Amino acid sequence: MSRAGSADPVGGAPREPSLGETLGERRICVCVGAGGVGKTTSAAALAVGLAAEGRRVALVTIDPSRRLAGALGLSELGNEPQRLTAEQLAPAGIEICGELWAMVLDPKRTFDELITRLAPDERTRERVFANHIYREISNAVGGSHEFTAVAKLYELDRDGSYDAIVLDTPPSHNALDFLRAPQRLMQFFDAPALRLLLAPAGFGARVVGHAAAPVLALLRRLVGVDLLAEIALFFGAVGGLIGGFRERASAVEALLHDPATTFVLVSSAEREPIRETVAFAGALRDSGLPLGAVIVNRVHEPIAATADPRALAATLGEALGARLGRLVEECLGDARRLAERDQLGIERLRSELPGIPETLVPQFDPGTGEVALLGAVARRMFGEAVQLP
Amino acid sequence: MNDRAIAPRLPSSVPLPQPLVFVMGKGGVGRSTTAAALAVLCARRGARTIVAELSGRGELARMFDRPPSDAASAASGKEVEIAERLYAIQIEPQRALDEYLREQLPLRVLADLFGATRTLGFLAAATPGLPDLLSVGKIWELAQPVRKVRGAEPYDRVIVDAPASGHSLALLAAPQAFARAAQAGPIARQGREISATLLDPARTAMLAVATPHDAAVSELLEMRSALAGELGRELDAVLVNAMPANRFASRDAVALREALAREGALGDDARAAVERALDEAGEAHDARTQVERLRNELPGTPLVELAFSHSAEFGVAELEALADQLAEVL
Repeated sequence: MSRAGSADPVGGAPREPSLGETLGERRICVCVGAGGVGKTTSAAALAVGLAAEGRRVALVTIDPSRRLAGALGLSELGNEPQRLTAEQLAPAGIEICGELWAMVLDPKRTFDELITRLAPDERTRERVFANHIYREISNAVGGSHEFTAVAKLYELDRDGSYDAIVLDTPPSHNALDFLRAPQRLMQFFDAPALRLLLAPAGFGARVVGHAAAPVLALLRRLVGVDLLAEIALFFGAVGGLIGGFRERASAVEALLHDPATTFVLVSSAEREPIRETVAFAGALRDSGLPLGAVIVNRVHEPIAATADPRALAATLGEALGARLGRLVEECLGDARRLAERDQLGIERLRSELPGIPETLVPQFDPGTGEVALLGAVARRMFGEAVQLP
Repeated sequence: MNDRAIAPRLPSSVPLPQPLVFVMGKGGVGRSTTAAALAVLCARRGARTIVAELSGRGELARMFDRPPSDAASAASGKEVEIAERLYAIQIEPQRALDEYLREQLPLRVLADLFGATRTLGFLAAATPGLPDLLSVGKIWELAQPVRKVRGAEPYDRVIVDAPASGHSLALLAAPQAFARAAQAGPIARQGREISATLLDPARTAMLAVATPHDAAVSELLEMRSALAGELGRELDAVLVNAMPANRFASRDAVALREALAREGALGDDARAAVERALDEAGEAHDARTQVERLRNELPGTPLVELAFSHSAEFGVAELEALADQLAEVL
């Protein structure tokens, strides 16, 4: 119980507006952060809180823990958001006035769907699906998560069925990698040499056939004929979809810069994640993207911070005996050092990101059920705005 | 230099027999620090060691409090000496491609003129999986007894600070996948060669790091299944990081609970301290359960426990302390 302490984890913190107030009427919240800082849980709790405020929310998560997926019934869900039932959300202990829809992103399926949607005809579609490069590698995590997350976001926004979309993003040291994925693809198609190759008869035919251009001879030498042919077929097939990709890439770009979109950085209070969070904030600023809020997870609370050490030692020794009393003292010392460490991290964050609203989430009891945890985190984020049933 | 490849003159105390070591695990479990500590231990025992950082953060240079110019050098793809026998490099697919092209093309300028490298650069960045192949190719090159990069010295140990679990698997699978897709040609040939090195337990060690929590342990076990299923490799060792202190025996926990139950014996502060102690006892118990789970699921795989660090900073002192802990086991 005490692990899920209810006191403010950092004493004397100024009263910030709740995350709900901060986010206002934002339609899209993109949660960004390093791996292992509780990003998926934060995104899910954010979605729970927004739904509690009466909004229709779509939560797009990536690779949640099995317990969370199981608790939300996400394991059985397809690649479209499914509405969570009142029973599923009951353990959160929050009244959901709106609707909460959730899905786990399946990169392979999203990619397939995208190709299906953009392909002008069945032949083109089948050519992409049959391609070695596409088959072997489109489900690899590197790259395709990034691309498909953005594609899905765009699609759900276009759908128009949701008041708010909360997007969990792949863990990344380069926060904006996934935002650049569509752009990178476009850059590739815009490369002059490639445009030439793709233009009339198709890249593949030219690579395998006469390679008159020196650039092709070079590519053949460097990459090998077979692989180049496969790559060429891949891009040749995808190339037919260029118009669709281009349109999508610029639409996504516009969507991310839309005033209705905001970015939420998720961190823990440890040194490394704080440093990365500061770097992410810089990257957002450089790209002209809005940083709405910062969530700091697993903050260790100060314990008996004002106690007189000698008096405390005496009390503990008396009540527990000398040996056990000393062990408790040692344990308290470690806990205080952790709280100080976290305080340092939070101060660093405040000085580097002045004026950015932050939500501190304490270290909860690991025994807390997943949905109950979402409720507890949501209450921490949304404060009194979240109604208890 | 060839003699060196045939008859290594390394002291037998250098940890792990394999020259190439992948350190994998979920984000936030301390993968980078563990990889760094392992490298420190290897260097300490006489191995010329390099840490290959795939996440591109310049962690090692920072931990050693090196001037920013070192971190910048490592970030630009240079092999930077951090301490005696200890080096760092950041792996970037685009740079690996440039290097590959330099090896393959004596007339790079001419190639530039035709825009081939530019095209290839876009191609490499946009083709799914190709950046992974380039990264893992560079790592493989670092571990060669005779380096392909002109004038570069070989390393005794290459410690890879790999990306998060799922991405690590994609990385390890990339050479095989491309060898299959290409069938013939230089990429197919190199893909097969790299893949053979990665899949050979005598040449490449697979280490997995986890914290003693349900999610991290589950992810480790999933990764282990995928590694065995997709690549036919088993883990060589498991490192359990951030083990909580095991201060309180179960009878201590009983005594603590009794003290809490006694009305008025404790003030608020002492009560909070005892509650914290009980929490710690609970955490230690949960952690032991997770370690037991790992031992049951991975019988025969060496398992190393590393203590939780309460330090606000993680610098040379903390790194050396972590290396000391590893030294007791490896």
